[in-house]
Amino acid sequence: MPTLTTLPLWVQIINLLAAILLLLAFAMLAQRRIVSLIDLYAWQGLVLASSTAIVGYATGQPHLYFSAGLTLLLKVALLPWLLHRLVRQLDVKWDVERLINVPTTMIIGLVLVVFAFNLAVPISQLASTVTRATLGIALATVMLSFLMMITRRKAISQVIGFLSMENGLFFAATSATYGMPMVVELGIALDVLVGMLILGVFFFQIREQFDSLDLKHLEKLKDSE
Amino acid sequence: MVEIVLVLSLPLAGAAVLALFGHRRVAADINVAVSVCTLLAAAALTARVVIDGPLLALDRQFFVDPFNVFLVALTAFVGFTTSIFSRPYMRIEEQHKRLNAARLRLYHSMYQLFNFTMLLALLTNNLGILWVAMEAATLTTVLLVSLYRTPASLEAAWKYFILCGVGIAQALFGTILLYFAAEKLLGAGGGALLWTELDSVKGSLEPTVLSLAFVFLLVGYGTKVGLVPLHNWLPDAHAEGPTPVSAVLSGLLLNVALYAVVRCKVLVEGSVQTSFAKDLMMGFGMLSVVVAALLLSRQKDIKRLFAYSSIEHMGIITFAFGMGGPIANFAGLLHMTVHSLTKSAIFFTVGHAAQKAGTQVIDDIRGLVTINPQLGWALAIGSLAILGMPPFGVFASEFLILTTAMRDHPWATPLLLGSLGLAFAAMFSKVQPMVFGETAAKRLPLRPSMLPVYAHLALVLMLGLWIPPFLADWYRQAARLIG
Repeated sequence: MPTLTTLPLWVQIINLLAAILLLLAFAMLAQRRIVSLIDLYAWQGLVLASSTAIVGYATGQPHLYFSAGLTLLLKVALLPWLLHRLVRQLDVKWDVERLINVPTTMIIGLVLVVFAFNLAVPISQLASTVTRATLGIALATVMLSFLMMITRRKAISQVIGFLSMENGLFFAATSATYGMPMVVELGIALDVLVGMLILGVFFFQIREQFDSLDLKHLEKLKDSE
Repeated sequence: MVEIVLVLSLPLAGAAVLALFGHRRVAADINVAVSVCTLLAAAALTARVVIDGPLLALDRQFFVDPFNVFLVALTAFVGFTTSIFSRPYMRIEEQHKRLNAARLRLYHSMYQLFNFTMLLALLTNNLGILWVAMEAATLTTVLLVSLYRTPASLEAAWKYFILCGVGIAQALFGTILLYFAAEKLLGAGGGALLWTELDSVKGSLEPTVLSLAFVFLLVGYGTKVGLVPLHNWLPDAHAEGPTPVSAVLSGLLLNVALYAVVRCKVLVEGSVQTSFAKDLMMGFGMLSVVVAALLLSRQKDIKRLFAYSSIEHMGIITFAFGMGGPIANFAGLLHMTVHSLTKSAIFFTVGHAAQKAGTQVIDDIRGLVTINPQLGWALAIGSLAILGMPPFGVFASEFLILTTAMRDHPWATPLLLGSLGLAFAAMFSKVQPMVFGETAAKRLPLRPSMLPVYAHLALVLMLGLWIPPFLADWYRQAARLIG
């Protein structure tokens, strides 16, 4: 059993990046300002791209460079740019979300992290990749994003939660298997991009109809009134 | 191979053309023309597979066997009849000022794109692409559900996007786990996600990983099937979108999502060697049947009523595939077919009825036989068919499922029978006054498009009385494939 310091340097860097990813997920959970939320999402993308590139370099898997490039282009540049533009156009730049009970959310988040690590144990034991230890963190990111989607009441923050969940899944794929086949990764990227564009249009429709992006207006449909 | 390319490229090209001309008056005709060409291509593909057997094409990326080819044919057929129904229906909606030209263009283009994603999901051999196609199907239908831009339709579309988005993310993780298990045996790269490759090594795939993967895949794709407790989006999306969309959601999307679950179940069963996957599917299926049957009587909106009935029927089919074995699988496949046909026929009549009454509230739609006899009788017959009355096909498949359940899983029989009885009572008491009740409304001169309704109901009646030998053979082969 290698201790932490006997691991090769690049694995230590990957572990560090994974830890940053987890911290970013917690930061998103507590962030009230939508603009800062978008920045946190961009940072998450950057961490993801660098860790993918490092894994690609260290294991000699050239196709990982490609997915790192794709991540950089899509999740660090294009999507945050689109989101920022949306926020500007919708004029919600200074919107502050009232979050109820941040401490409780954090504690639930901690429980989820423990759960995610336990869930990841049987899989990482079977994995042959050097990066398998980070699988737990990937799962934790997915669960924290899920928690964020549940606790948020604004449309844009729910979508950012959704996007960061996809980040977590991407990280899981890299740490367990050194990435999915190229064609699948391209397809997923396309879906994410198209989905974002559709949602952009959708936000305007919601705003036009309800004069706000607050989801409390979207809770009218019930089985029997 | 040419057929596969045609089946996929026709709706894709149609979507592109309609994105440009979808607002013209000819758009509805183009829509029908593209759909009929797709149907012909699908028929050719079906003929090829019936004669030559399973087909692996284009560098193993596409795979056709009796199981998916019958769904391809069904999808193309219902896509075609719905396009016929949508032609006059959407024209009336436009006259009623519920839609403008730009939205009509969006509708036509997205309709074809939706068909494309369904067919791609069915034909692809790559489980990753299957996921991509299912997600793309969500995206296209989100736009279709919110087409009217009313507060309720926006809410329905948002709910649909978020719930199915989260669901499908679970399925992605399941797919990653599958790839993770397969990559050890098949090596990294594209091959490890191909279903045929996975199928050939399923016996040696790591069972713990596959069980875990199946949980995520079932929850993920199960959200799109509308399995309880993941069904919340389904009634809203059906009720608030335009009726042709409700018809294709119930008739096609739910089937294709279930297809994805069954494909994964085959792999997991081969690896795990216990009844884990079966039990899980039976549990979810039974829960959906019971809960949907209980909720049916509370519905006040006609489209919601039939949406809940879709949940119930998807539950029955999931339960049948969960039981497994040649008879239950046969019945499940048959039930998939007849449910698609009957439910879309019902939505066609309900669409016209609601359009005429100007409301979807059950209490405000009365005396359809007086207003329009064709419509009234079609709704009455369709409802009886979906409730499992003989001699319709739904009776045949439900009978087979019930008898298999009695033999193999006696505990399920009272639950199934009770739910079916409850559903009958609830639905019959709601539909009866709609069809035969007193009304002050006059006979309406408007001519609904009844051809698709008659075609569907006739097919369902035929399948109840006599299943053509080639079709029965097809079902049997497919039933064997899915274990």
